[in-house]
Amino acid sequence: MLRLVVRRLLQLIPTLFGLTVLLFIWIHRLPGGPAWALLGERGNEAARRQIEEQLGLNEPLLVQYGRWLRRLLELDLGNSVKTGQPVWDEFTLRFPATFELGVTALLFAVIIGIPLGYFAARRRGSWLDVTAVSGSLLGICVPVFFLAMILRSIFAVNLGWLPSGGRLTTGIDATDVTGFAVLDGVLTGEFDASWDAIQHLILPGLALASIPLAVVVRITRASVLEVLSEDYVRTAESKGLRKSVVRGRHVLRNALLPVVTTVGLLTGSLLSGAVLTESAFSFGGIGSFIRQAISDRDYPVLMGFILFIALLYMLINLVVDLTYGLIDPRVRVN
Amino acid sequence: MPLLSVDELKVTFQGQGRRASTAVSGVSFDVDEGQVVGLVGESGCGKSVTSLALMGLLPKKGVRVEGRADYRGTDLLSLRPSAMRDLRGTQLAMIFQDPLSSLNPVVPIGVQVTEILSRHRGMRGQAARTEAAALLERVGIPDPTRRLKEYPHQLSGGMRQRALIAMAVACAPRMLIADEPTTALDVTIQAQILELLKELVDQEGTALLMITHDLGVVAGLCDDVNVLYAGKVVESADRRNLFAEPAHPYAHGLLNSIPRLDAPRGQPLNPVRGSINDQIAWADGCAFAPRCDHYTLECLNGTPELGPLAGTEAPAGHHVRCVNPVRERLETVTLADVGAGDSPTEPVTQKEETSE
Amino acid sequence: MSTKTDKIDRLAALTAQRETTTGGSLWVEAFRRLRSSKMALIGVAIMALFVVIALIGPWIAPHNPTSQLWRDEVFTNRGEFVGPRGENWLGLDHLGRDQLSRMLVGARQTLMVGVISTVLGFVVGALIGGVSGAALAFGGRAGQRLDTVLMRFIDMMLAMPSLLLAVSIAAVMGQSLTTVMIAVGVVQVPIFARLLRGSMLSQANADYVLAARALGVRRRRVVMGHVLPNSLGPVIVQSTLALATAIIEAAALSYLGLGNPDAAQPEWGVMLAQAERFFDEAPFMAICPALGIIITALGFTLLGESMREALDPKLRS
Repeated sequence: MLRLVVRRLLQLIPTLFGLTVLLFIWIHRLPGGPAWALLGERGNEAARRQIEEQLGLNEPLLVQYGRWLRRLLELDLGNSVKTGQPVWDEFTLRFPATFELGVTALLFAVIIGIPLGYFAARRRGSWLDVTAVSGSLLGICVPVFFLAMILRSIFAVNLGWLPSGGRLTTGIDATDVTGFAVLDGVLTGEFDASWDAIQHLILPGLALASIPLAVVVRITRASVLEVLSEDYVRTAESKGLRKSVVRGRHVLRNALLPVVTTVGLLTGSLLSGAVLTESAFSFGGIGSFIRQAISDRDYPVLMGFILFIALLYMLINLVVDLTYGLIDPRVRVN
Repeated sequence: MPLLSVDELKVTFQGQGRRASTAVSGVSFDVDEGQVVGLVGESGCGKSVTSLALMGLLPKKGVRVEGRADYRGTDLLSLRPSAMRDLRGTQLAMIFQDPLSSLNPVVPIGVQVTEILSRHRGMRGQAARTEAAALLERVGIPDPTRRLKEYPHQLSGGMRQRALIAMAVACAPRMLIADEPTTALDVTIQAQILELLKELVDQEGTALLMITHDLGVVAGLCDDVNVLYAGKVVESADRRNLFAEPAHPYAHGLLNSIPRLDAPRGQPLNPVRGSINDQIAWADGCAFAPRCDHYTLECLNGTPELGPLAGTEAPAGHHVRCVNPVRERLETVTLADVGAGDSPTEPVTQKEETSE
Repeated sequence: MSTKTDKIDRLAALTAQRETTTGGSLWVEAFRRLRSSKMALIGVAIMALFVVIALIGPWIAPHNPTSQLWRDEVFTNRGEFVGPRGENWLGLDHLGRDQLSRMLVGARQTLMVGVISTVLGFVVGALIGGVSGAALAFGGRAGQRLDTVLMRFIDMMLAMPSLLLAVSIAAVMGQSLTTVMIAVGVVQVPIFARLLRGSMLSQANADYVLAARALGVRRRRVVMGHVLPNSLGPVIVQSTLALATAIIEAAALSYLGLGNPDAAQPEWGVMLAQAERFFDEAPFMAICPALGIIITALGFTLLGESMREALDPKLRS
């Protein structure tokens, strides 16, 4: 098992390496070259020369690349043009918020999506099935940021049921321990703060969940339909097993295998979605930070984010693959 | 009184917006306690559908099941689903064709055996595991305790089928239905599995309904045989009578099609002409007529009746559904020829165009 | 009439009655199923409507979409907007332009972005996936290596969130409509590549391919004549679905301020992005382009989904 993990981790290296090469080329292809990218709008000719001197941008590209790579390994992603702070610090500061939001969205997708897909398949052709299928088709077609606008307008602005933005109500007494607002409340016993944080998560979480939810519903439905027609389900029925055993052990257990893989692949779209949803709810995570960086053309931040996301995406999918090996005995042997 | 008495079983599939198609159109036969009854026919003749209907395993939507199937005085076909669920596994058990796809790939063999013990015999934990190991041992799986922890893909084809048989006999059912249990297996394994089935039914006095297209299996195992064609029984007889004097042209053709080792080289094979697609509706006449060498206009006067074979020396219990049955003893075919007990042979059915 | 011919005729007549429709080729059968699918019909209808509007929109638009004809009736700072009314069926936008005209004219750009980017993604993706699949299946050792390299590249693209990929491209190429098309197209590349490769691999292992190779058919012929044509089904379906994604992605890019820099030219994504600021006071401004995008995307999705179902041999009865 350990050897497998190490081998899979080593396999990530070429991909990441290739990515750094691409990013390096990208930075050098930017209009005005890397110096302008690092300086942003403040740049003038003198500052440019200074920074080129400072970073050795006049040296051979290979030397530059080597130096840049070494800095990356030390988690030095450079400084944000806008805030002047190290990019890595900016990320770690905002990561908990995005993480909470992403987990909320995934929970919505899984908790609603799996039962919905399952029952849609069981009652194929019923109104439930038709609703689930057309709902999931619609879910894919609604732009995430438009959904965010609608949800915010209906439930926050007009009905006032939920907060319209932010992570916590201003003025609430919350102690910051880990940066994870919900967890902090629980740790410090300030449960009202946790509850407040949860309320702030619901609307952006729902908006962000729309695509994952649609995907989970469809995959679950298709998978359950396939499993229901499998011979082993008939065998289980022929043994006179209780319905709950047939459905749990024989149908769901098999049907959920593809769903697990899909959830892993969804992390990429979740992070893209976060860029769109967070700003609609002024939710202070990485997403809104990136949106700001996009309009500021803050290249160090964007580059760092691409690396950060790629690494995260690959790690999550690695974990998913390994988990898959645990739950599917056929894969385990190989 | 027979253990199971099937009377005019009829199964119709009706998809949404599609034409209804009849898979089984009036099948009747009896199975006595401890008897082995064969249901023989080529693929598409309705034999598998019959077995699924008896077990209550056909989907509820889009399928209509008519007729009666009396099992110890209760009609299986009109039983509530929950009552049927109680009967399955305890009274009636089934063995399927493809042992790999019939086992759950992600659940250990052990759990798949113990789950039936805990459901019907209330056994839990270690007791269930010990019993499961004993069952695996009984069906000839070596090192059963280790096998319990293994998954289906780790077993060989024959072992998988043995495991499925262990599950089927776990609660000592009175009646076993085997749907082509050897088709997906290697020839050498086929004989072993048949041997095992024979042994189990002999020891326990279990009745066995054997569904097969393999005349070798029939010859080696069955007491009574029912030949199915296009969803109807066309001939039913004692094994010996059927092999000696097949009266329905279809049954006759099947037996005649078996190649013989002692035939002179170059002698052509005698396949049954055409395929099951060349048929007419039973309501119009005999469904086999388009493929029949003995066909006359009489054959098209509605459905022929299943009646006792006429003639002075005709044995009792030999029924045939044909207006001009073949009255010719098949001297050439003996039980040994069709490989009673050992390597089974498939009847040769060829497409019309290739048989010229 | 002799008894013999009578015998044969009657049998033939009865047999003919039983004749069942045992479909034609995969594609013929799929088309037959498609025609009877309500989903597909709705999809085609929406698609046709959209294409017609995109083609003739500029001629049927009641007003000039770029001139601020009613500038003096809209005051964004005071929250005064003009909703749907007799003269302007869909109301005015924040600069006093006719929304209906902007929608009608904007359809063309939206369609263009969708089609061009999908074609781009399809061509590049199918090229990479096709080479990769053919190399792995028939190229021996060297082919295996080529496949590994190409797939690592595709993995890399998949690991990048699509929006960021688009942002990076926009950063190098500058902000323009072409950038949007390339960015959205590039995002589709890995999807097409993986799909075609997977589809080809499963075909390459099919018995008929083994048979063709055993008969000594040259590898090139096997790939071009058998494997590729039979693998294209899922890729073609995907391109219909990709059109929907492309339209939505393009809208997201506009929302992030990376869309067509010429904001006076109407485009649904840009219209929706501009309407966000005024959503609480004038929701109709956002709802019109949003509905346009949703319905169009839904049309393509419905068609793609029903095509996928029609082509799926497992679902055929």
